[in-house]
Amino acid sequence: MNAAVQAPKEPPTKVSVSGLDFYYGADRSLKNISMPLHTNKVTAFIGPSGCGKSTLLRVLNRMYDLYPGQRAEGEVLLDGENILDPAIDLNALRARVGMIFQKPTPFPMSIYENIAFGIRLYEKLPRADLDARVEAALRGAALWDEVKDKLHASGLGLSGGQQQRLCIARSVAVQPEVILFDEPCSALDPISTAKVEELIDELTNRYTIAIVTHNMQQAVRVSDYTAFMYLGELIEFGETDDVFNKPKEKRTLDYITGRFG
Amino acid sequence: MSLYASRRSANSTATTLCWVAAVFGLAWLFLILIALLYEGLRGLSPAVFTQMTPPPGSDGGLLNAIFGSLIMTVIGVAIGTPLGMLAGTYMAEYGRYSKLTTVVRFINDILLSAPSIVVGLFVYTMLVHPMGHFSAISGAVALALLVIPVVVRTTEDMLLLVPGSMREAASALGAPRAHVVSRVAYRAAKAGLITGVLLAIARVSGETAPLLFTALNNQFWSTDLAAPMASLPVVIFQFALSPYKDWQQLAWTGALLITVAVLALSIAARTLSAGRRKSK
Repeated sequence: MNAAVQAPKEPPTKVSVSGLDFYYGADRSLKNISMPLHTNKVTAFIGPSGCGKSTLLRVLNRMYDLYPGQRAEGEVLLDGENILDPAIDLNALRARVGMIFQKPTPFPMSIYENIAFGIRLYEKLPRADLDARVEAALRGAALWDEVKDKLHASGLGLSGGQQQRLCIARSVAVQPEVILFDEPCSALDPISTAKVEELIDELTNRYTIAIVTHNMQQAVRVSDYTAFMYLGELIEFGETDDVFNKPKEKRTLDYITGRFG
Repeated sequence: MSLYASRRSANSTATTLCWVAAVFGLAWLFLILIALLYEGLRGLSPAVFTQMTPPPGSDGGLLNAIFGSLIMTVIGVAIGTPLGMLAGTYMAEYGRYSKLTTVVRFINDILLSAPSIVVGLFVYTMLVHPMGHFSAISGAVALALLVIPVVVRTTEDMLLLVPGSMREAASALGAPRAHVVSRVAYRAAKAGLITGVLLAIARVSGETAPLLFTALNNQFWSTDLAAPMASLPVVIFQFALSPYKDWQQLAWTGALLITVAVLALSIAARTLSAGRRKSK
């Protein structure tokens, strides 16, 4: 995209957070956060519980807007457009910035309908095209072979790992540009986790990804960049290899070596 | 050890008391059912469903009363359910954190426990008196006023049970609020919402007081909503208090019909909510 104006080696920026503060009522839970999400890269947010990493993630699609008393100040640019602007169309924003939650959230409908739900929000397709889109989404989430014979069975009947991949397929089906993962594997067993991580790896070819995780090995495995947060502040941001192998901050070193957190 | 022994005896005493209380409560229910079956079945015949309420001393049935009960309940539920659902939806989905919701919930709870005779008198003052005569439609309105609080309450409760994560997930796809509510939250709460309506029907189908002041009664077959209409509870009320043996018999049979209908509705509601739990 606009790589030419970036510093050498620095990939283009999809989302740029600057001077972000976040308040739950009077509590300031994010303090002056500034960092980029690079295009088609995976950025991991790590840090102890309560450090604000999920809060930061929920700013990126304005999910916090569903609740009263929560507000963000500062600037978050998505392709140069400030998404904190009150005039922005939230539904359009969320169509561009998808989200996967900690607990799988299949809707109480069939596997097929779960995927079609999102597509139908934006497009009115003939049945055959819709079928094709649903199949493509399920293939994209490496779920097709497991569910192709029971597309019209309830999504609630799938295993936890399958449900999570269904949610990823559903999110991908509406063709977002950014996908936010909020501890997507913390409710999954190791095998399901591996599948989801593999999937994230594939998705990064087409999407810009941010992932909150408590699992440091996961951050190392899946991410290109890592942001370490502590008590609402961004302590360190850099390429994952650098953050984990030669952290600049002592607090980062203490956290990743398990000395606190 | 003695502490353990005394706990054990306290436990068995409490368990016994619970059993006694449960049996005591259930015994009355069964006695009522047995009495109803014993007295009611004797009068059960095809005539009950094919003939009108008779004058004393001649043959007849309950057809006009059954029809009246059905039609007024259906209209009452048709008026009350959408209003109740909309209010409950507002309270759970749109105004969850607003002051208005707290106020509406409080008022609704009062309405929920309001004596139905007060509702009857209210409709009498508002509808029957201005119209100048009793009518089936005012009976239906009185029943609707009883349906509304039940449906408001169950709708709100059932929607509040839908996990917030489900709404977040739908919103995260870019679905507008109305879509999130109608396609996801309603769907997740479907069994509960239907249960609420069934319970509301069960509640109003045995109501007598609000109909006495509004639809009154009618000896004859009538489908005119602007005219008085018979209903099972009012006919039971009138016939049971009469000195005529044949009227009393019809009252027993009518009571059996209502009880069986309400019981069937309750069982249906139970089955639905049990099925919902299983599917989770």
